Amino acid sequence: MSSDGLFVIGANHHRAPLEVREKLALASGAAEALQVELATVDGLREYAVLSTCNRIEFYGVAAGPGAAERVAGAFCAKQNFDPAAFAKIRLDLRGRAAVQHLLEVAAGLDSQMVGETEIFGQVKEAYAAAQTRRSTGPVLNRVFQKGFQAAKHVRTTTAITEGQVSVANVAVDLALTIFGGLKATRILLLGAGEIGEKTAKAFQSRGAAALTIASRRLERAMELATALGASAMPFEQREARLAEFDVVVCATSAPGTVVSLAAVREAMRKRPARPLFFVDQALPRDVEPAVAELENVFLYNLDDLAKIAEENRSAREAEIGKCRAIIVEKAEALWRQVEPQVAALGGRNGTTPGQPAGPA
Amino acid sequence: MFAAFTDRSWLWVAAGFYLAGFVLGTFSLLRGGRPSGVANYVLILVGYVLQFAGLGMRGHAVGGTPIGNTFELFQFTAWSAITLYLLIGVTFRSSLLGYFTSCLAAVLTLVSLAIPAWDATRRAHIFGGNPWIELHASLALFSYGVFALLALTSIMFLARNYSLKSKHLGGWFSFLPSILDLDHIGLRLLVAGEAILTASLAVILAYWLRDMASADIAKIFTTVAVWAAYALALGLRLGGRLLAKRFAWTCLVLFVLALISLGPVDASRHPATPTAVAAKS
Repeated sequence: MSSDGLFVIGANHHRAPLEVREKLALASGAAEALQVELATVDGLREYAVLSTCNRIEFYGVAAGPGAAERVAGAFCAKQNFDPAAFAKIRLDLRGRAAVQHLLEVAAGLDSQMVGETEIFGQVKEAYAAAQTRRSTGPVLNRVFQKGFQAAKHVRTTTAITEGQVSVANVAVDLALTIFGGLKATRILLLGAGEIGEKTAKAFQSRGAAALTIASRRLERAMELATALGASAMPFEQREARLAEFDVVVCATSAPGTVVSLAAVREAMRKRPARPLFFVDQALPRDVEPAVAELENVFLYNLDDLAKIAEENRSAREAEIGKCRAIIVEKAEALWRQVEPQVAALGGRNGTTPGQPAGPA
Repeated sequence: MFAAFTDRSWLWVAAGFYLAGFVLGTFSLLRGGRPSGVANYVLILVGYVLQFAGLGMRGHAVGGTPIGNTFELFQFTAWSAITLYLLIGVTFRSSLLGYFTSCLAAVLTLVSLAIPAWDATRRAHIFGGNPWIELHASLALFSYGVFALLALTSIMFLARNYSLKSKHLGGWFSFLPSILDLDHIGLRLLVAGEAILTASLAVILAYWLRDMASADIAKIFTTVAVWAAYALALGLRLGGRLLAKRFAWTCLVLFVLALISLGPVDASRHPATPTAVAAKS
């Protein structure tokens, strides 16, 4: 029986639905205990664990047969998950295919939202944690380090990470296109519901400091303002104080418009040189559509934002082929470098390019 | 090898570099990419050095600033715009400004080189050996360079405004700076250009006050008209009466008019004499 060599096993969003991933998610205490257990798995020479909301993956280097299976068993036991059910959804790749998978994950190619960059940091954290535990060795060190370089190369030479794909982030990008930066930009959020909150958070995460919230229920506005470190104002003042703001995010559930053309015209009379940007995420719309005709006023509604997000998503998907070609080439080169080391451990996937083993 | 190079030869090569910057940028945009800011900057810089050499040779040959005919006026205006771009281009953080600048420089220099009539004659001793008149002319033309750059940022502003209003944000529109940045830079360029033109006018008016007989009414009128038009635009902009799209269009139209005004200014000078300046290195 051959050695497992270099392998990756686990589960991710491709085959495991959300309710299953919830059961497989490692709590911090359980993760620590599992790591201790993995250190004792027979034949497992190196390992690293990548755990995110969309995936739990074990990268390992084994000196003998059955190590990957024992890792899966230890994990299922820890999570109290049926091993047979796990086998049905299991990711199981060996040799070069495992290397390629890591590169695709780090480059954001395997993410649910293709091209997202957060995963790169998560992979780096997983590797750093493994290094701290001294659970990596010459093979995984090389695979991860070169993998990071390859992922960076993919991100910088292709358009895979360009353009936002969520409506809230598209709105933030548009604000940057208008104002250049968000530090000095004053934002008014009309409506304190979930959509408005999400957009406000997106603005804050990209540097917006001055956020004011107005809701038809003042107490709800104050509550959200406290949570977000913003200020609240009475909803009735929204039109009179419009000139004080640069970006107005509208997300109320009001039955009609809450920002009139006359109010915007009056606001622009007070601040003619500074643009005013409306993000109308409400249905029915909060802002009178004729506002878009005014000079220096930019109005984007939900359809506009969704269309841009969709275009960005399509643009990213169009880049996938280009990214994959780079990754295949890099994975091949990287595998050639580590193959002798894996082969020295006696693994058959060390002597021939590895193939996906498929679900066990 | 370069011994046979005349001033015009250097200027042709310089124009070639500007054109190369423009072609390279166009190629990148057509492929859906961002024009390389570094490559464009280097091409413009090399073109600038070569143009400086060509204009320097001619200036040495004529014993003054080479602005004695329409060809030289266009060359000097392009050179002034490039000077400013090289100084502020890096802080502008827009590869598209470099692209547009190389386009403008290529057009101004190639057109002036392609029309031999513009360089067939030149006015000898146009400054009468007077350094004040020469300073005035140089400053005035430098301000035209600033206004050229203002016209470019105005084009960029209009493109950005169109993209935001029409909601077409992809393609080369995505490489444009923010609309507020473009507006601020446009205002600063207008203030700078107007200040330089004011200094140029102050120099010549101080001179004419002492020697009214040498004053050229047509030239005074044209220069003051250009100055007044830009001053009016600045006043209206600062007063909040000329903003955004209308401000950009005004700057664009004013630059075209300022360029056209170079004709009457040049023609109002002393009678022309055939060019005898094919300076060689």
